[in-house]
Amino acid sequence: MSIVVKNISKSFLTKHKETHTLDRVNLEIKTGEFVCILGPSGCGKSTLLNIIAGLENASEGQIFLNDQEVKGPGPNRAMMFQEAALFPWLRVLDNVEFGMKMTGVAKEVRREKALKYLKMVHLTKFQNSFVHELSGGMKQRVALARALTLDSEVLLMDEPFAALDSQTKKILQIELQRIWLETKKTIVFVTHNVEEAVLLADRVVVMTANPGQIKSEFKIQLSRPRELENIDLAYTAAKIMKEVKDEVEKVAKDEYDSDWTIEKDRVLPDVDNNMGSGL
Amino acid sequence: MRIWKPYMFPSPYTVIKTLFDLIKDNTLGVAILASMKRIIIGYGISLMIGVAIGLTMVRFKYLDENMSPLLLGLQTLPSITWLPFAILWYGLNESAIIFVITIGSTFAIALAIVSGMKNVNPLYIRAAKTMGASGFNIYRNVTIPASLPNVISGMKQGWSFAWRALMAGEMLTATKGLGQVLTVGRDLADMSQVMAVMVVIIVLGLMVDKLIFGRLESNVRQRWGLDRA
Repeated sequence: MSIVVKNISKSFLTKHKETHTLDRVNLEIKTGEFVCILGPSGCGKSTLLNIIAGLENASEGQIFLNDQEVKGPGPNRAMMFQEAALFPWLRVLDNVEFGMKMTGVAKEVRREKALKYLKMVHLTKFQNSFVHELSGGMKQRVALARALTLDSEVLLMDEPFAALDSQTKKILQIELQRIWLETKKTIVFVTHNVEEAVLLADRVVVMTANPGQIKSEFKIQLSRPRELENIDLAYTAAKIMKEVKDEVEKVAKDEYDSDWTIEKDRVLPDVDNNMGSGL
Repeated sequence: MRIWKPYMFPSPYTVIKTLFDLIKDNTLGVAILASMKRIIIGYGISLMIGVAIGLTMVRFKYLDENMSPLLLGLQTLPSITWLPFAILWYGLNESAIIFVITIGSTFAIALAIVSGMKNVNPLYIRAAKTMGASGFNIYRNVTIPASLPNVISGMKQGWSFAWRALMAGEMLTATKGLGQVLTVGRDLADMSQVMAVMVVIIVLGLMVDKLIFGRLESNVRQRWGLDRA
């Protein structure tokens, strides 16, 4: 058992009401498992990840990493954000070395390891560039390399590909899959993209909003390496999409005027119907 | 052409001639050296005090909330108004001028450090935290480099305040220095000397701005990619 999320609640008082961002969330993640946390925006999935990372405090409950309670952020849980969060005053290579410098790795070892991981994300050519000279996708690759250098067992990813264009996103998803297969890390990946979740995860955890709770879990038992074009993948994604759609609708109803409804089943057919099978 | 009387505004020719005369009898060299010495000492002290005040204010939020308006007020106060106090405390000598220079630029530098450090992108700090940095390490490796662009422009502003304070101070009290040479020109009704010293002051100001701060700034801007507009 690698990560245990035990009864985590997070609530804060706004003007008139108490908001439960997270309400008694329990989750167990095994070592080497790739878990995607899926949910509509505002369901507290990022908050949950931040609590696991130790960047935010929970109102109640505890996080355990290998039976040790998590208190505060640390290099044993590397994190990637939606923005690359690279430091513009450092060159790419120094950015990759940053985490190792903080944890006190010797200089030669640092350089060698940074180059190894830069190679893994195919950016050795840009090792002496400044951050502003890279594209969005390249920045995320560097951020991934930087996270990998920490040799942490756990990698936390907070919608790392959400801000990228769809082609770049696809390439990076495939590469993340490859890197996960190579490095065997425990990955907790937060996303609102169903296909992405099904493509990457061993297990997809769907969350509800208001209060933020775990609604259901899906084991994805498709062979790897997976491809987005795969029929089984699309089938599974549609199944999960149905689950998520209710949640999206619920959140949207909270936000929009009361006469709004989602157009009923225009795009997604019911996966249980047997249309055409009687012909 | 006689559009106006020559003692009202000197002709370019007489200004250049006076300039060469001043260089030839070494008045100018001595004056520049004296002025530079003062401003370097004064600015150096104000850098130290400014950085110290700035860092303390960033560290203690209580101080920041209560002192900021005071500092802002002191910064807008032209530093030459401190001259009476300076003369009272130090007498009519170098220390008085250096005091006026220091107090002129300290607050600009302190405020730039405060605003620079407060405006560091919180994402950088979060990222550094997840990589195992904490306390002083975050300060040294993230907060300080991240605030550098702001801090450099504050230093530049501090320099120009110091430069003004120096000239004002010298014109009123000094026995040597650029401001004093200018005052001598005024006393002798030699407007070409006044003009010549003004030209020298402009050139010196430009040189420091371009050669020192300009380079620092463009270096930082290039690294951060701020030049691509």
